[in-house]
Amino acid sequence: MSGDVLLELKDVVVRYGGIEAVRGVSFVVRSGELVTLIGGNGAGKTTTLSTVSGIKRPYAGEISFLGERIDNLPAHEIVELGISQSPEGRRIFPRMSVRENLVMGTFARGKKKTDIDRVFELFPVLKERHKQAGGTLSGGEQQMLAMGRALMADPKLLMLDEPSMGLAPKFVARIFELLEEVHAQGITILLVEQNAHLALQIADRGYVLESGEIVLADDAKKLLGNEAVRKAYLGED
Amino acid sequence: MDFVTNCAADVADQFWAQTRNGLTLGSIYAMIALGYTMVYGVLQLINFAHSEVFMVSTVAALYAIPFFGVTEGDPATGLSAVLIFIAVLVCCMLASGLVALLLERLAYRPLRKRGAPRLSFLISAIGASLFIQYLFVLMDGEHYLFPIRGIADPLGMPLMIIGLALAVVAGGLLLAGVRRGEAGWVDAGTLTGFGGLAALIAGLVFVVKLPDILGPTPQSVPELFATSTVFTLLGTPISNKRLLVVVVTVIMLVILDNFVRKTRMGRGIRAVAQDPQAASLMGVNINRVIVVTFLVGGLMAGAAGLLYQTVLSAPAFWFIGFRPGIKAFVAAVLGGIGNIRGAILGGLLLGLVEAYAVPCIGTQWIDVTAFVVLVIVLLFRPTGILGEQAGG
Repeated sequence: MSGDVLLELKDVVVRYGGIEAVRGVSFVVRSGELVTLIGGNGAGKTTTLSTVSGIKRPYAGEISFLGERIDNLPAHEIVELGISQSPEGRRIFPRMSVRENLVMGTFARGKKKTDIDRVFELFPVLKERHKQAGGTLSGGEQQMLAMGRALMADPKLLMLDEPSMGLAPKFVARIFELLEEVHAQGITILLVEQNAHLALQIADRGYVLESGEIVLADDAKKLLGNEAVRKAYLGED
Repeated sequence: MDFVTNCAADVADQFWAQTRNGLTLGSIYAMIALGYTMVYGVLQLINFAHSEVFMVSTVAALYAIPFFGVTEGDPATGLSAVLIFIAVLVCCMLASGLVALLLERLAYRPLRKRGAPRLSFLISAIGASLFIQYLFVLMDGEHYLFPIRGIADPLGMPLMIIGLALAVVAGGLLLAGVRRGEAGWVDAGTLTGFGGLAALIAGLVFVVKLPDILGPTPQSVPELFATSTVFTLLGTPISNKRLLVVVVTVIMLVILDNFVRKTRMGRGIRAVAQDPQAASLMGVNINRVIVVTFLVGGLMAGAAGLLYQTVLSAPAFWFIGFRPGIKAFVAAVLGGIGNIRGAILGGLLLGLVEAYAVPCIGTQWIDVTAFVVLVIVLLFRPTGILGEQAGG
């Protein structure tokens, strides 16, 4: 299952003004894995992802991708290396059509020839609505579009930030099924989720983030059985 | 009541002629307005120095037209007129494009890098605008431009040197401070940077050269080709110059539309306008998009500058950009700032309204008309006619 190390964070510290949102986080994602980062609100999950993708700069620590340091690169160059992200809140381009949104996903590759059909196969609803403006889609459809757009980059690592946020339960289930399907196709995934139960069910390994620090790291199945995790994140007493 | 009936009669009388005038002027407003609106789209910034980008084009024409062999009273004819016009157009566009790029690099990027608040950008824009204007005042001499009159002025020269030296020292100190800088006073520093420099030079110029500024008549730009009537439409003669304005505008707009909708960079511009962070996650280099947006706006303003001069025989001098600039800004807001189609619509509409107002209230009230229209439209549609739709 686990191949070479794809992404590695070493003692990464991220600050907002004087406040440390991420306090010395270290973890690895190996090729072919589905790794999840779980934790409550404000634990630093989104900040961690934004730092990997270059939107935020780490205050200290190292981030490397395929053995190369990336923590000094601007966001657009990091995408070019093969890390693509479906961001928190989906961030669809509201006045571009579904198709244009997907084509934006290939921007970093610089090639026009795209495998839009593959994405349409995975998300048939996007094909039905390919002419519609992104802003007119429902939340669930927008989430699929955000995932499809990230996949269009043909990434080595796909990062998803809270894909279940704000969605109806049936859409959440569907999104997670699709995630498993994408993972089964061999794409490495780093999944950030508040819905720990769902995330741990499909993940290979998981990290638990609390107040900007990793407090637990284990196989996803073991974390599912871990008492502390069950209490804090799975809503059990 | 008399006023209204007279007014209606006058407008009806001159309707087609004023429609023609309105569309010509409106095309020019539209082209300048695109620069405001596109920059607003990607940066949420009103580039108040855009009127100077326009002004530089008229100055470029002042030099380019004689360079290609056309002098006052000896306009070009036939094919050579066409070729010279194209050559001058290219020069004007490049000159304005260059100024737009410099503006982005010197007046806005340093602020952007440090995440300065929006107000700083606005002040920097106004400072840069004054700076460019007075730079051209400085260049003014016998004919309002080169050579520097001060060289011949025994009292002016030393003062100018002292002033410039002070400006350089002040600029250097500011730059050094900015480099070292802490966010707190960097913004203030950069803020005062352009403003201070502009004020310094402006003050200097006024002290030394006020009599001169008021003195010489501005040198007009040589007429590139003679005016002639191409055809008559609805009883209204259409001159070659007005036709040229419309043709060039249409060509530029078609090129721009294709660029924004179909090219990779155009998609990047739209993406940044709709969601900069998502755009950079797609691999869009935001800095490059911003530079290209300024360049495109500059090229359009450059073309507009030459057309404005051609059709109105306007002189080239330092404050020529103010009125068309502010009108184009009104046009951009009227159509919905950030909205490309809105800028075009707003420009044409403003041109027409102004033209129809002429027979009623006279040319001296035109500027008031523009702002009255703006106020009325914004009362009913605060985001402009087509709405504030960046990247639409």
